[in-house]
Amino acid sequence: MLHNMNLLRILTQDVRPTRRGFLIGAAAAAGGLAIGFRPVGAAAQSTDGAASPFDVYLTIAPDDKVTVISSQFDMGQGSYHGIATLVIEELGARFDQVDVVGGWGPTEHYGNMAMGGAMQLTGGSTSMASSWDRYRIAGATARQMIIAAAADEWGVDESTITIADGVVSDGAGNKATLGALAQKAATVPVPDAATPKEPGEWSLIGNGDVRRYDSAPKTNGTQQFTIDVQLPDMLTAVMIHPPKFGARAKSFEGAAAKALPGVVDVVETPRGIAVVGEHMWAAIKGREAVTVEWDETDAETRGSDQIMAEYRQLAGETPAAIARQEADSAAAMANAERVIEARYEFPYLAHAAMEPLNAVARFNADGTLEVWGGHQMPGLNQMIVAQVAGTTPDKVKLHVMKTGGGFGRRAVADADVFVDAVATAKALGGNRPVKLQWTRDNDMKGGRYRPAYVHAMKAGLDADGKIVAWEHHIVGQSIMKGTPMEGMLQNGVDPTSVEGAANLPYAFPAQTVGLTTSDVGVPVLWWRSVGSTHTAFAVETFLDELAEAVGADPLDFRLALLEDHPRHAGVLRLAAEKAGWGTPPPEGRVRGIALAESFATYVAQVVEASVEDGNVRVHKVTCAVDCGVPINPDTIRAQMEGGVGFGLGAILAEELTLTDGVVNQENYDTYTPLRIEQMPQVDVHIVQSSERPTGVGEPGVPPIGPAVANAIYAATGKRVRVLPIAKGLGA
Amino acid sequence: MISINININGQDHQLDVEEDMPLLWAIRDIVGLTGTKFGCGMALCGACTVHLDGFPVRSCQTMVGDVGEQKITTIEGLDSKVAQTVQTVWAEMDVPQCGYCQSGQIMSAVALLTETPKPSDDDIDAAMSGNLCRCATYHRIRGAIHESARRLEA
Repeated sequence: MLHNMNLLRILTQDVRPTRRGFLIGAAAAAGGLAIGFRPVGAAAQSTDGAASPFDVYLTIAPDDKVTVISSQFDMGQGSYHGIATLVIEELGARFDQVDVVGGWGPTEHYGNMAMGGAMQLTGGSTSMASSWDRYRIAGATARQMIIAAAADEWGVDESTITIADGVVSDGAGNKATLGALAQKAATVPVPDAATPKEPGEWSLIGNGDVRRYDSAPKTNGTQQFTIDVQLPDMLTAVMIHPPKFGARAKSFEGAAAKALPGVVDVVETPRGIAVVGEHMWAAIKGREAVTVEWDETDAETRGSDQIMAEYRQLAGETPAAIARQEADSAAAMANAERVIEARYEFPYLAHAAMEPLNAVARFNADGTLEVWGGHQMPGLNQMIVAQVAGTTPDKVKLHVMKTGGGFGRRAVADADVFVDAVATAKALGGNRPVKLQWTRDNDMKGGRYRPAYVHAMKAGLDADGKIVAWEHHIVGQSIMKGTPMEGMLQNGVDPTSVEGAANLPYAFPAQTVGLTTSDVGVPVLWWRSVGSTHTAFAVETFLDELAEAVGADPLDFRLALLEDHPRHAGVLRLAAEKAGWGTPPPEGRVRGIALAESFATYVAQVVEASVEDGNVRVHKVTCAVDCGVPINPDTIRAQMEGGVGFGLGAILAEELTLTDGVVNQENYDTYTPLRIEQMPQVDVHIVQSSERPTGVGEPGVPPIGPAVANAIYAATGKRVRVLPIAKGLGA
Repeated sequence: MISINININGQDHQLDVEEDMPLLWAIRDIVGLTGTKFGCGMALCGACTVHLDGFPVRSCQTMVGDVGEQKITTIEGLDSKVAQTVQTVWAEMDVPQCGYCQSGQIMSAVALLTETPKPSDDDIDAAMSGNLCRCATYHRIRGAIHESARRLEA
């Protein structure tokens, strides 16, 4: 299944749905209307009222409540709100009558349409691209059925009926709520092809005054996360994971722990030792009393210094695989007037989401298993936990929870925390539900990092200062190799290692992008914007270096290379104009600029920074973004702001290191994300576009690092080549 | 095990717990109020911030046995004019993204505005620096504190 997943689409700019054939059906559900999926050849109507709530995209209940079932997972980026906006726009409902729940189930219903549809997955900033047709059509179908029901009820022509603010009316005095008509609507024929509204009819899509439907519960403590799940008789467990990746428990001693008040048991899972208590504190105290002997035969024992030293060596050699080859770059380099080279080093990075990973598992008397958690890849989690539980996936029921951040960490091919939870509940005999809650050190030391990389860059310039040859060699671990997604590798190239480097828009007459994939036992994973977290930094700071070498303005230098790429050039020009590029910056400040396209969204940023006694302060970021039709402008702004902060924290001071295979950071004292005093003002400018919408969760991240580094050079004359900056400026 | 009386949001609770249990886990796992969040367990992230007699503390590093007579307020128990204003502005300005840290952010912000009705940017940095937000909603947190101050002055 996974090998068929067309993840490549997110890497090749093609985010259009490839399976347009999803069929919308409808059914009566609990006295209302349910809009869902209809299998090919099945009757258009189901009237038995027994439709599974997971077979549908939205329901309208008699009490006027509209429930949207989202194929896309919400970890804070606003995908639920975005999908709700599409449905409400079409339906004519109000946000205050809407709730969104996480859907899971057959990929025919919930497969990611921007990735070929074969898997339900939230990632690659594709939620809006995947949902644009599906949820607008679902909403439009409901609208047409409600209108048909109203026309029949009132004996008027359908063309006289409109729906606004949740009220259906015909302009002649007839009025009804959506809920009042829902039951009747469930009995009218399902339109074969409901047509979404034209852009001129939109009132919500593109409306900057729309606010998120789910902000209020996040201000009063009522928003429920996985950590807040409370079940009768529930236990809480924390983990002891092997201190080195690849090690396994040989034996453990839990008797002393079990003698402590509130400690229930100490059990082994496939991934470590779980300490189970009546509550979290008992589990934490119990853990301190457990001793484990580890078998480190297969463990990774290298430290990050040693790993980086090996990468530096490899970066000077011929790449093991070629990701992109245009003309003969070696010959062009040999003929160049001038050759400029640079090396860049990137550390491992942790996701460090605020809600440490967790999951709740409950075995039921009827043989089913329920699992609550941040199901970013529900089908995969369902399959894996079924294996752990010794049952079949159809017996596993999921509860998709909103989560306290994700940044990539919850899309894990081996379902790590879910395995911990289910294995623990099973080891306890399946008698009591278990909340498996990683502590911060479980989370920080739990692996799945942004891989460390070394980049070797080389460019040849001709006598006119034009780039005639470009060579880029990336050395580091593959995210997909060794996972079920390994089938995505092509000619030995993991596309997530080279995205943002092998698909550059810049007009280089000859170029080679090479990759050498290292073999290291530190588990790695996608980290918000994935390959572009490092490729954009190397490319965009090196371009500035070349611009300086030929005496060109960094903006003009880029624009000259982007003549055939209006969307790239467009955001670059917009950010530059809004930031006052070319005018003197405020006193004591310098500017830097960078551009990055990731996941088919185009972002340029101009920073205003100052450097005092080696301390970098970013005061202001002007950000221009082109993500196609801007569905929720305020969400786009929020994601650009957050992307800037997330990326800035990383390049300033985040670094995860290992000594002899053991991770050195355990908490936020030594792994240091951005804090409020470091956050710049962020001004976001959104390109008005009629292109299909793309995503915004990740693309705000890539440009900030190089834009800041370019500003630092302007301030200090020092090139940042080793990250984080706190380390690199001293190097 | 000891028997401890604590007052949370105006209600007395008698808890039979270990004296060294952090207030965080007493609030969440024993009393069952889940708005206060766990993030780090070492007073490094501020997600667990509650008020003791109106003063913001990290409940993960406050032992339940040390609370004594002090009145505990959690996010669920906020009811002052300052608090209501902050919560309203927070939602209107769409400050939260994932929302996980926001209980702690709001507890710190309410304490700040109660003590300092017109905080400067430096005041905000000093009061809010202990509250991490991995979604980096800081830009809006700052704006929402200033806006709350404006509305409370009016």
